[in-house]
Amino acid sequence: MTATSGKLIKGATGDWEVVIGMEIHAQVTSKSKLFSGASTAFGGDPNTHVSLVDAAMPGMLPVINEECVRQAVRTGLGLNAKINLRSVFDRKNYFYPDLPQGYQISQYKSPVVGEGEVTVELEGGRTATIGIERLHLEQDAGKLLHDQSPSMSFVDLNRSGVALMEIVSKPDIRDAEQAKAYVTKLRSILRYLGTCDGDMEKGSLRADVNVSVRKPGGPLGTRCEIKNMNSINFIGQAIEHEARRQIEIIEDGGVIEQETRLFDPNKGETRSMRSKEEAHDYRYFPDPDLLPLEFSQSFVDELKAHLPELPDQKRARFIADFGLSAYDASVLVAERESAAFYETVLSELADRARDGKLAANWVINELFGRLNKEGRDIASSPVSAGQLADIIALIGEGTISGKIAKDLFEIVWTEGGDPRALVEQRGMKQVTDLGAIEKVVDEIIAANPDKVAQAQAKPQLVGWFVGQVMKSSGGKANPQAVNDLLKSKLGI
Amino acid sequence: MTDLTSQTLAEARKGLAAKTFTSLELTDAHLKAMEDARVLNAFVLETPDAARAMAQEADAKIAKGEGGPLAGIPLGIKDLFATNGVRTTACSKILGNFVPTYESTITSQLWRDGAVMLGKLNNDEFAMGSSNETSCFGPVGNPWRREGSNTTLVPGGSSGGSASAVAALLCMGATATDTGGSIRQPAAFTATVGIKPTYGRCSRWGIVAFASSLDQAGPIARSTRDAAILLRSMAGHDPKDTTSVDREVPDYEAAIGRSVKGMKIGIPKEYRLDGMPAEIEKLWEAGAAWLKAAGAELVEVSLPHTKYALPAYYIVAPAEASSNLARYDGVRYGLRVPGRSIGELYENTRAEGFGAEVRRRVMIGTYVLSAGYYDAYYLRAQKVRTLIKKDFEDCFAKGIHAILTPATPSAAFGIGEKGGADPIEMYLNDIFTVTVNMAGLPGIAVPAGKDSQGLPLGLQLIGRPFDEETLFSLGEVIEQAAGRFTPVRWW
Amino acid sequence: MSVDAATVRRIAQLARIAVSEAEVPHLQGELNAMLAFVEQLSEVNIDGVEPMTSVTPMEMKKRQDVVTDGEIADDIVKNAPATENHFFLVPKVVE
Repeated sequence: MTATSGKLIKGATGDWEVVIGMEIHAQVTSKSKLFSGASTAFGGDPNTHVSLVDAAMPGMLPVINEECVRQAVRTGLGLNAKINLRSVFDRKNYFYPDLPQGYQISQYKSPVVGEGEVTVELEGGRTATIGIERLHLEQDAGKLLHDQSPSMSFVDLNRSGVALMEIVSKPDIRDAEQAKAYVTKLRSILRYLGTCDGDMEKGSLRADVNVSVRKPGGPLGTRCEIKNMNSINFIGQAIEHEARRQIEIIEDGGVIEQETRLFDPNKGETRSMRSKEEAHDYRYFPDPDLLPLEFSQSFVDELKAHLPELPDQKRARFIADFGLSAYDASVLVAERESAAFYETVLSELADRARDGKLAANWVINELFGRLNKEGRDIASSPVSAGQLADIIALIGEGTISGKIAKDLFEIVWTEGGDPRALVEQRGMKQVTDLGAIEKVVDEIIAANPDKVAQAQAKPQLVGWFVGQVMKSSGGKANPQAVNDLLKSKLGI
Repeated sequence: MTDLTSQTLAEARKGLAAKTFTSLELTDAHLKAMEDARVLNAFVLETPDAARAMAQEADAKIAKGEGGPLAGIPLGIKDLFATNGVRTTACSKILGNFVPTYESTITSQLWRDGAVMLGKLNNDEFAMGSSNETSCFGPVGNPWRREGSNTTLVPGGSSGGSASAVAALLCMGATATDTGGSIRQPAAFTATVGIKPTYGRCSRWGIVAFASSLDQAGPIARSTRDAAILLRSMAGHDPKDTTSVDREVPDYEAAIGRSVKGMKIGIPKEYRLDGMPAEIEKLWEAGAAWLKAAGAELVEVSLPHTKYALPAYYIVAPAEASSNLARYDGVRYGLRVPGRSIGELYENTRAEGFGAEVRRRVMIGTYVLSAGYYDAYYLRAQKVRTLIKKDFEDCFAKGIHAILTPATPSAAFGIGEKGGADPIEMYLNDIFTVTVNMAGLPGIAVPAGKDSQGLPLGLQLIGRPFDEETLFSLGEVIEQAAGRFTPVRWW
Repeated sequence: MSVDAATVRRIAQLARIAVSEAEVPHLQGELNAMLAFVEQLSEVNIDGVEPMTSVTPMEMKKRQDVVTDGEIADDIVKNAPATENHFFLVPKVVE
């Protein structure tokens, strides 16, 4: 697979290419932990979601949660990846107060999921394909609190043992835009699958970003790892900064040292995590408390058969069935909830083929626009999918004009109510009765003989008459009918 | 009342059922014997109040006809087993006064069946040792002495407290664990019966781990039948231990006295070591002759990778131990020796909390797993292990029912006599037993005779996976032929 | 293979066991004795041999995803050398 070239960075010595690979840690959606029956619920009083196993009491043993295995396999399938029917859990040995066992149970040599790929959407309708190296299951660590005492750190093991999926990309990412698109897409896939809630603020999804720079087509440079990024925008900023930092060093005749760095969002820059990099030697070996993780192809097939429709498939379907533009389809499928909302609107429409595209416009422009303006998310939208579907149907069937529909949307947004009933009650129906329109047209022609003469001389001035008729009808007259009538009456 | 302690478990069970004596009387007799034998240092914690309460409860159940298979039988528990509310230390300073809030699966099954806990038994620190000299509570005395000598001998290890207590009639049976020979070697040194079941037969949940792929619990008992009775209560599938096997537990006692006629017994030529004491050789021949007399067929077999079992063991076991013992870090329980930083706290705690043998094994285990050495040591050892297992599989595939070997290369030795200068000298004690752990097979040690100094010697029988029944049948034949051995009381 | 004094110190550091300079030569001797003992494994032909991964070959049983444990904070910190409000306490860790 070849990477899609990205934005080059101009340095003093010419253009530089950025090479990026990512390790994403995604918390598996499950009720209980990977190897214990304690709850995975967020929060909780200190050390309450902790079993004897999670606290590494003497003689405690891990027993694997089958749901976490299913979730990992489903995620692998969603990433078009190879599923390994046999994988092995290893111990990664190191000491830290948030790691009670003195080792993390992870998968080192034989991960449950192998190579796969993800297609990401870029600006201007471009796409890039990012290779997935592997996905493996591992335990999360506990948490240290440093602000409770001047001399002590407080240890809470509630997170200890929660299942994580580490998703490792190939170094196929070439600029910050691709990196952001990759995380966005991955997050979207995980949320569609329901295998991770993708909540980056709570730390359910975090990324370690490996960045190096090179002359285009040249040999790979030394990489630095930016740890624990929990915002897609910060990932973009961190890459921009880190790439420029590396280019400056190299162009000044320096060398890049392989190291771990942290991004400081306040300063917008990365800094070295440790002055003296500790020599890590994790002494991986297969966990003798666990047998190899084995399952059958039919187990995988069964999971595959029940996978939900994923963003790429949904996007293709929206384009094919409703004639949406690629851009609109992408916007709608980006978030599972948005796509679901749009599909609920569709399900309420009698004529989907006719109104599907209109519905997309309304969801994206009117609804999302309004939600964004008010800083609300779709779950708290005052206009329900059913109400929006009614408004769209009223336009589609010619009962109201697009302009009136916007007024109606505003009423439903602020006051609520049944759109059809509102149209009746408030007399918002479009007037298609030719007799009624003709009466208004005649009145206006009679009252403005000078304008009639002008219009007959200059036919484009008919617009003034249209405006007057619409105004007089309160916007409810059918614009096409008005236009036709005027032209024939004025003889133009 | 002292004669109450001299019965076997099977005899006591009869007496209790017939109401010849009560569990409280039986328990008190053993508590008294424990008090009188404190010089042996077999128990590191006596729990007389709990013992009496459990005995009374057992008596009440027996009276109502609801007594379980072990109702009222007083047992000792190796200090590696977590006991709820009762200090559990693995005989390491690093666990300090650790009091579990949980009960190991095995002990909870013993209490389920009505057994009574007398206290916690001494062992080598974290079960690392073959003489019980590495315990932070000090060495255990073997009830056996050389004829005409006052030298205190080791009971073997790591289950030295278990073996000593059973041999000295301080408890009717004991739990033990075996990682490289820690049940069978002390059983052989004390003329008791010890069985290490097939890996996965007993749950490891709640037992302080030494080397996860080798550790397996089993009983040390006064007779083959007693061992069979105890194993039935200890064995069984445990959903909390993924490596435990979901397989029915047979009535092992029913195998006692079952004919061994026509069984093919392998005599592995590789166990005939250069310089092996003639007495051991003689004992082995005697054992073979008894089995032959009982109708078994003796076949010379080859287990070509035998000599590599001990060196492979001394890579695999320390490697697993180095990781298993990482949790003893002074943060959540046990000893904490302060330091200026968390790193210093770890280093000080572990330097002071672990004894010399544990430190040595943790360090060698750390080394063989470290970057650049994993393939040469750990991976290679695990491959050798595959070959060792295959040796046995080939042998069993040829119709061999069980394999007969000596249990140990020598009889018990004096405290401080071995391993002082060279740890390997001590490690060689497990030369006949360690292969069984490497292959995950069942092995039983049965007393078979005495050496010229009057010290007991044992024979080992190695069985097919999950065929402990055959080992009990064969063990019983040896026990019947050799007779039972009781030490002369000197304590 | 054998270890030098620097390796002994590095292993001790990895194993988080304080070792004084005075102990190093002794430990070095013991570790080298053990390494010499296991050296004989290099004689074994292991070509094409799989390492042992499970002692008793069987399928790993899996747990159902049900919350069955936890809510025992008192038990979790019961044996802790330093604890406050159900937290474990350690000397300040500087990141």
